[in-house]
Amino acid sequence: MGERMFIEGNVAIGWGAAKADCQAFFGYPITPQNEITEWFAREFPKMGRIFVQSQSELGSINILYGAAAAGVRAMTSTSSPGWSLMQETVSDMANAELPCVIVHVQRAGPGGGPIRHAQQDYFQCTRGGGHGDYRNIVLAPASSQECCDLVQLAFYLADKYRNPVIVMSDAIIGRLRETIEVRKIEFGPVPDKDWAARGRGRHKDNKRRVVDHSSDLFGRDPNYRTFLQRLDQKVRQMQESELQYESYKIDDAELILVAYGYTARVSKEAVNMARAEGIRAGLIRPITIWPFPYKVIGEKARQGCKFLVVEDCLGQMVEDVRFAVEGCADVHLVSILDRHIPTDGGMILPGKVFDKIRQIK
Amino acid sequence: MGKETKIVTRERVAGRQKLLVPQIAGFVYCPGCHEPLAARAIADVLEELGIGDRTLGVFGIGCSSFLLGILDIDVVLGPHGRPPDMATGLKRVYPDNIVFTVQGDGDLMSIGADPLLGALTRAEKITIIMLNNAVYGTTGGQMAPTSLAGQVTTTTPGGRDIAHFGFPAHAAEMIATFKGAAYSARGAFNTPYNYERTRGYIKTAFRKQMDSVGLSFVEILCACPANWRMSPIDSLKWIEEKMIPEFPLSEFKNVDRIE
Repeated sequence: MGERMFIEGNVAIGWGAAKADCQAFFGYPITPQNEITEWFAREFPKMGRIFVQSQSELGSINILYGAAAAGVRAMTSTSSPGWSLMQETVSDMANAELPCVIVHVQRAGPGGGPIRHAQQDYFQCTRGGGHGDYRNIVLAPASSQECCDLVQLAFYLADKYRNPVIVMSDAIIGRLRETIEVRKIEFGPVPDKDWAARGRGRHKDNKRRVVDHSSDLFGRDPNYRTFLQRLDQKVRQMQESELQYESYKIDDAELILVAYGYTARVSKEAVNMARAEGIRAGLIRPITIWPFPYKVIGEKARQGCKFLVVEDCLGQMVEDVRFAVEGCADVHLVSILDRHIPTDGGMILPGKVFDKIRQIK
Repeated sequence: MGKETKIVTRERVAGRQKLLVPQIAGFVYCPGCHEPLAARAIADVLEELGIGDRTLGVFGIGCSSFLLGILDIDVVLGPHGRPPDMATGLKRVYPDNIVFTVQGDGDLMSIGADPLLGALTRAEKITIIMLNNAVYGTTGGQMAPTSLAGQVTTTTPGGRDIAHFGFPAHAAEMIATFKGAAYSARGAFNTPYNYERTRGYIKTAFRKQMDSVGLSFVEILCACPANWRMSPIDSLKWIEEKMIPEFPLSEFKNVDRIE
């Protein structure tokens, strides 16, 4: 039994990281994730752990690169423009196979955008984001409790696969205060980090370690193809083993909503409103947005279900749902254009989603 | 320093450092390149200080990354210009380790200026060694922030026009102005005397880190005959006659405590 706390998602990230034995945090101020960086600045020194405020998001991600190369559980957090800045190094980390956790609290864009909520970075997170062939597992919390739990899962998966793992939150989830249980979750053993660069004297064999992001001249693989084959195998294994989604009232559903993060909570409310009127609606909420639950959506499409994607952007995840249904089902969209007011404070609200459900019906 | 130099000269000239990898996989340097001298000087110093087992090298993008194949210590390579950041991460999680970077002038003073200023501002206890050859070497000799006024490069075919491209950047002098810097010096490898003097700078820089004073920095003027389109001998002359007047050799800061 953990400790009960009334905290916002951003703060829950901190407690989750502490429970996961994260030893170091590197961050740079950016709204709407400042509560995370400030939590680590306040709490980590008390725990004898490391907090460094970097000079930029480029600094955060590359200091994280160094800490991860030393085999230490470490993380950073940022928001959309900072996440864009980090992409080169995330790609390097995927090549160097460095386990680490990056929390991305989405805000609106493109560019400087409004600094308030949105869900416009789905493509960037799920397709890699940086250059080259790689994928990161992306976990999308929809509550404070999940912020605390998924950041722990993220550390486990990062170590399991030697790969960065992204926790993609948004400004609503980040600032939403809820009562949660802060508990340590056990996931089982992770591979030994014998590859880490900690100084030759710390290695049992007294042989040097090389953490390389590029050439493979001196190490891991005989040639480029064997390296790519290994990356490919890793990606497949992540797809096969790590998919997680929540399904809500989909067994008898004729219309299935697909949403993650804050819009998933809005969608669940809309499903309840529809059910109250006898409309058989349900919800699939991807918890991992990569890997994506293509299979269950495809099966439901072939059974005759229609789909309604609810996302706070012009339409990104909707492409994955269209891909999953393979032309067998209608796929509708409630988008950022359906917010309740036209300013940057506008939100997608359950009533609007419910209207759309009735229209489709 | 003079006394020490006399005692070990023979070994220094003819010996082979234990901290060089036993079988160098591919010797990638162009004829007359000075980077192997940097490897030699660093290996020498690490051996003398007895810190090879707890020292990590972080190398930049460019020819400096070739040190991966030369120095037999733990090595971390990452994105262009970011070694001071990576060194920060490595040092913060294992403060007992000695962490140094070797970077070119483009890696440190152009694309990597942000991590350099960040590390200086935070007074990171790391050592940065910058090899200044006044061009981008690996990519074929383009203008670098350190290219001299009038210098012909592949991107300044008419010579570096200061009205258009500005002036050469002086890393050692700039770093000395930061409170977070414990040590800043500039040396060269164009003569045996300069080599020995520079080797001393490198040793002092590592000592500053061992004493956790602050960031320590050594800039080294290095020949790049292939990209300068000169013979190795002419390159030594060019360092003496052109580079040193622009980039004077000296210690610019040397303190035992920063405040």
